[in-house]
Amino acid sequence: MTKRSNWSIPYLVFLILFVVLPLLLVVLYAFQGADGRFTFANITRFFGDADALGTFALSIEVAIENTLLCILLGYPAAWILSNRQLNRSAVIIVLFILPMWINALMRTLATAELFTMLGFTLGKGTLLFGMVYDYLPFMIYPIYNILDKMDKSYAEAAQDLGATPWRVFWKVTVPLSLPGVASGVLMVFMPTVSTFAISEFLTNNKIKLFGTIISENINSSMWNYGAALAFMMLIIIGITSLLSGDDEKAAEGGLL
Amino acid sequence: MAKEVIIDIRHLSKSFGGVKVLDDIHFYVRKGEFITLLGPSGCGKTTLLRQIAGFVAPDEGQILLDGKDISELPPYKRPLNTVFQRYALFPHLDVYDNIAFGLKLKGVPEAEIEKRVKKMLKMVSMTDYEDRFVDSLSGGQQQRVAIARALVNQPKVLLLDEPLAALDLKMRKDMQIELKEMHRKLGITFIYVTHDQEEALTLSDTIVVLNEGRIQQIGTPTDIYNEPCNSFVADFIGESTILNGTMVRDRRVSFLGHEFDCVDEGFGENVPVDVVIRPEDVYIMNQQEGAQFSGVVKSCTFKGVHYEMFVDTDCGYELMVQDYNAFEPGATVGLLIRPGDIQVMKKERVCNTLPAVVVDATHVGMLDAVFACPPCDFPKGTPVDVTVPFDKVELLDHKEDGTVAGEVHFLLYKGDHYHLTVRTDSGGRLYVDTHDIWDKGDIVGVNIAPQDMQITRRDDQAQ
Repeated sequence: MTKRSNWSIPYLVFLILFVVLPLLLVVLYAFQGADGRFTFANITRFFGDADALGTFALSIEVAIENTLLCILLGYPAAWILSNRQLNRSAVIIVLFILPMWINALMRTLATAELFTMLGFTLGKGTLLFGMVYDYLPFMIYPIYNILDKMDKSYAEAAQDLGATPWRVFWKVTVPLSLPGVASGVLMVFMPTVSTFAISEFLTNNKIKLFGTIISENINSSMWNYGAALAFMMLIIIGITSLLSGDDEKAAEGGLL
Repeated sequence: MAKEVIIDIRHLSKSFGGVKVLDDIHFYVRKGEFITLLGPSGCGKTTLLRQIAGFVAPDEGQILLDGKDISELPPYKRPLNTVFQRYALFPHLDVYDNIAFGLKLKGVPEAEIEKRVKKMLKMVSMTDYEDRFVDSLSGGQQQRVAIARALVNQPKVLLLDEPLAALDLKMRKDMQIELKEMHRKLGITFIYVTHDQEEALTLSDTIVVLNEGRIQQIGTPTDIYNEPCNSFVADFIGESTILNGTMVRDRRVSFLGHEFDCVDEGFGENVPVDVVIRPEDVYIMNQQEGAQFSGVVKSCTFKGVHYEMFVDTDCGYELMVQDYNAFEPGATVGLLIRPGDIQVMKKERVCNTLPAVVVDATHVGMLDAVFACPPCDFPKGTPVDVTVPFDKVELLDHKEDGTVAGEVHFLLYKGDHYHLTVRTDSGGRLYVDTHDIWDKGDIVGVNIAPQDMQITRRDDQAQ
């Protein structure tokens, strides 16, 4: 072992203690009965649990809706931010990033209070609002990054070949920025599936998401079933990142 | 040969942030012509091309295409196509779709597109590459695709922005021949931008030499090479020695400490001029018989076809000579220059003339600073011209030591001294003759002694 590779030891220890070991524990607990023996019961119980399956489907649905809303709002925002003519200073970028400096729980609590004060009924609408509010920067940033670094000569070449600004946008800018969108999707979709605090505060627990069920199970000491649910979620997240993994590589610096 | 004018550039000017990038550019392009905008980096040639393409709006002036003003049209409405410096091929499309991009936008039928794209691919010898993505192509191949993508639209004028700059020397030479061939075959007008004078001389029908946003000279490659109109063009195009000379009378000029017969007339008698001598035009021989002057060979370098020698002449000048024969350093040689090979140019200026304002009896304000001057009796605030000979401007190593600071902007070796252009911090220009060696970009302090200044009341303010 060379001297230089010794430098990685602290990080290796950290990763083993706080990433690998907990993941192994989740898997271990998921396939363990209350008696501590190996079993598939937790997994089969999930597929028979209509409540859990329903929540699971709802979580995916909310995550998809949230992701779409984030693309719809985030793409134009990123485009404006990357456009030197519309955005001459870094101030607006900072304003978009600023909410991320405040703890997400505080922000969510404040949003919930605001809605109650204004007399809104807490439900799916407020839930989506809270999610978009929380995750929008994660969509804007990778798209902004890729648009900002995009060689302006592509757009000029398209114009030179006869494309109106509108067609330049759809035929060149959008296709070339897809890796950024993919990266954004990854960063919004995956955490939304597992979120529970937002749904708890912004719907008064009326709408339960998958993360809520996991936390409920863990909180009521049903570690094994909770771990099995977490395991299922990990698989979903794994599949999503595999699907968008190829594009994501192209979005340099996409992950914050 | 009187072909119709296709592009007419009329008094075009452009400034970026207060700096004039293009200053009153005025020329025309004939149909089917291969015209090159040539100049050092930062001379404004790319800005000029981008104005013709429509990416930069001119501050003043017009661009006429077939007699119609197109300066207000957006780029997508101009019947011109560009080959970009770094190609700008679309990385998300394959070669075929890159070339078909323009035709698809125009709604050309699919069958017609295919026919035209295939024809183009054949012309640029890229037939087997239509399904390849552009990232997998070499620089030369990308270059071919970029040319095909522009030409497939059958533009009235093809604009090329240093298209060969990114290629290696061998490839560049091959592409030059191919470009010239394409131009001949297609009959499309080419406007070509380059900083490579050799490329310009090889390719063009007409060359427009630009420097600091102004046209220096327009002409055929042979005109520009043989009869440069000023010292910038002479220095920029090819190798040359530029010397101070005096026109004794018509057809008689003195330089290098000797008098020579020449073919120029009409300058007047005893007028200071610049003389350009191309190194290949100096005849060098072993004997003194038949020579006009003599010299001692200082160095001799083999350059492939010829030898390049520096010779110290009998009157203390250094002269570059190119010859097929080598002469040993230290050898005494005879030298001869034929009348037709002496290019005489009018001097742009013979001394510095600086606008200034009288501050008090012994001080003037100029170049954003106050200089001590010889006593004068003009009242305070009088606008005056201060003239200073080139060799009386003192340059100092440290800018703090000078009355003003400046940057060496352009330098010219004139056989026995350097002629520098120094741009001061206030944007003014000083021309300096010096024996010291400075480099382009050196920051210098500038001093002018009071006894070297001559102060005259400015004419246009006299009444």
